[in-house]
Amino acid sequence: MAGSEVVLLDTWISLFGMRVRIALAEKDVHFERREEDLTNKSSLLLQMNPVHKKVPVLIHDGKPICESNIIVQYIDETWQNNSPPLLPSDPYLKAQARFWADFIDKKIYDAGTRIWRRKGEEQEIAKKEFMDWMKVLEGQLGENSYLMGKSFGYVDIAMVPFYCWFYALEKIGNISIEKEFPKLVAWAKRCMERESVSKTLPDPHKVYEYALELMKKIG
Amino acid sequence: MAKEEAILLDFWPSMYGMRVRIALAEKGVSYDYREEDLRNKSQLLLEMNPINKKIPVLIHNGKPVCESSIIFEYIDEVWNDKAPLFPSDPYDKARARFWVDFIDKKIYPNGRILLYKPKGEEHEAAKKEFIDSLKVIEGELGEKPYFGGENLGYVDASLIPFYSWCHAYETFGELSIEQDCPKLIAWAKRCIQNKESVSNTLPDSQKIHNFVQHVRKIFGVDE
Repeated sequence: MAGSEVVLLDTWISLFGMRVRIALAEKDVHFERREEDLTNKSSLLLQMNPVHKKVPVLIHDGKPICESNIIVQYIDETWQNNSPPLLPSDPYLKAQARFWADFIDKKIYDAGTRIWRRKGEEQEIAKKEFMDWMKVLEGQLGENSYLMGKSFGYVDIAMVPFYCWFYALEKIGNISIEKEFPKLVAWAKRCMERESVSKTLPDPHKVYEYALELMKKIG
Repeated sequence: MAKEEAILLDFWPSMYGMRVRIALAEKGVSYDYREEDLRNKSQLLLEMNPINKKIPVLIHNGKPVCESSIIFEYIDEVWNDKAPLFPSDPYDKARARFWVDFIDKKIYPNGRILLYKPKGEEHEAAKKEFIDSLKVIEGELGEKPYFGGENLGYVDASLIPFYSWCHAYETFGELSIEQDCPKLIAWAKRCIQNKESVSNTLPDSQKIHNFVQHVRKIFGVDE
C-alpha cells in the first residue's frame, strides 16, 4: 500500500501493543511508533481513543483502530496480500482462533496479572487459576509447532507477548513455568526465532524490574 | 448446502443467545433450539463447551462454536449468500467489532450489577457507568436509522437484546432509559417494528422482569 501512513500509539511494556507490533512486522508494514506516557496521555491518544483512552491505537491514514485483537484482525484484512495470513481462511478454524485469543485474554492474562498485583490468598488463587489455564493452552498446543497447528498466526500473536513476563511471574509467584509447561516454553522459544517477535519483546529482566517498581507503588 | 445440521444451546433470557438467534433469523437458517437449564447443564453443553461451560453454543454439523460474538461472525461467514451483517470495508468492520466489544465490556456487565447487587457504592457506580455507556453508544448511532447504516448489522443485533431487559433495568436500577437516551429507545422501537428477526426473538419485557425478580429472590438481593 504505497503512500499509506501508519502510526502506532503504544508503551514499551504493553502486551497488547506488542501484539500489534508483531502483526505489523509479520506483514512487513512500515510504521511510526510513538511511546505514550500513560500518566500524561497525549492529546492525540485522547482524540483517537476517546472512549477508553488506552493503548494500543493504530492510526491508519488518520483513522484510529482500537483494541489489540481488533487491530490485529484489521492488519490481516487490510494487508491481506502480504504473507503470511494471520487468521485461517476456513470459517470454523477462524472461529477456533478467535476463541483461543479470547481465552488468552479472559483467563491467562487475567490470572497472570493477578499473580503480581495481589497478595496472600488472592495471589494463591490467581496462581492456581493461571496454572489451570496454562495447562488447557498446552493441551491445545499438543504436538503442534504453533497454537493453531503448523503456521504461526493470530493465536500465537495473542499469547507470545506474555512470554516476556514469565521470568517476573516465576520470581514473584514462586512458580516454575518451564518445569510445569515445557511444551509451552518450547513453543515460546520457537516464536522468538522469528524476528517479528524477538525484536518486539522487551528483556524479561526489565519487565521484572518494572513489576517490582509498580508493586512498591501499589504497596 | 445439503445435509446441514445446526443446533443452538441457549437460555431464553440470555442477551448473548438473543444476538445469535437474530443472526440465524436474518440468514434464514433452520436450526434446532435447545433450552438449557443453567443449574443442571446438559451433557451436550459440557461436552461442546468444556472450557467455559456457557451458552450460547452453536453446533454446526457436529462441531461447536462458542462465544456469542465469535458465533455471530461465523454465521455471517458461512451463510454468506444473504443479509450481510458486517460491512465489507476492513475499517468499518473494525469499528463494528469495537462497538460490540464496548457493549460487552461496559453495558451488559454494569447492567448485571444494577439488577443483582444491593444498593450501595458499587451499585451507584455501575448505574452511572451504565447510563454513560448508553449515551456514548447513542452518540455513535447519530442520525443513522441503524448502527449498520441503512440496514441492521452486527452492532444492532448485539445491542437490541438489551431492550427486552429495559423494563427490568428501569425498575430495579431506578432509572429512566427513555429519558436519558431517547434516540436509542427510538432506534430500538424501529428495530422491533421493521425487523422480524428482532420481534420474533426478543422475549416479552414482563417475562424478563419476572425472571429478574425471581433471581433477585434467590440471591437475596431485596432483603
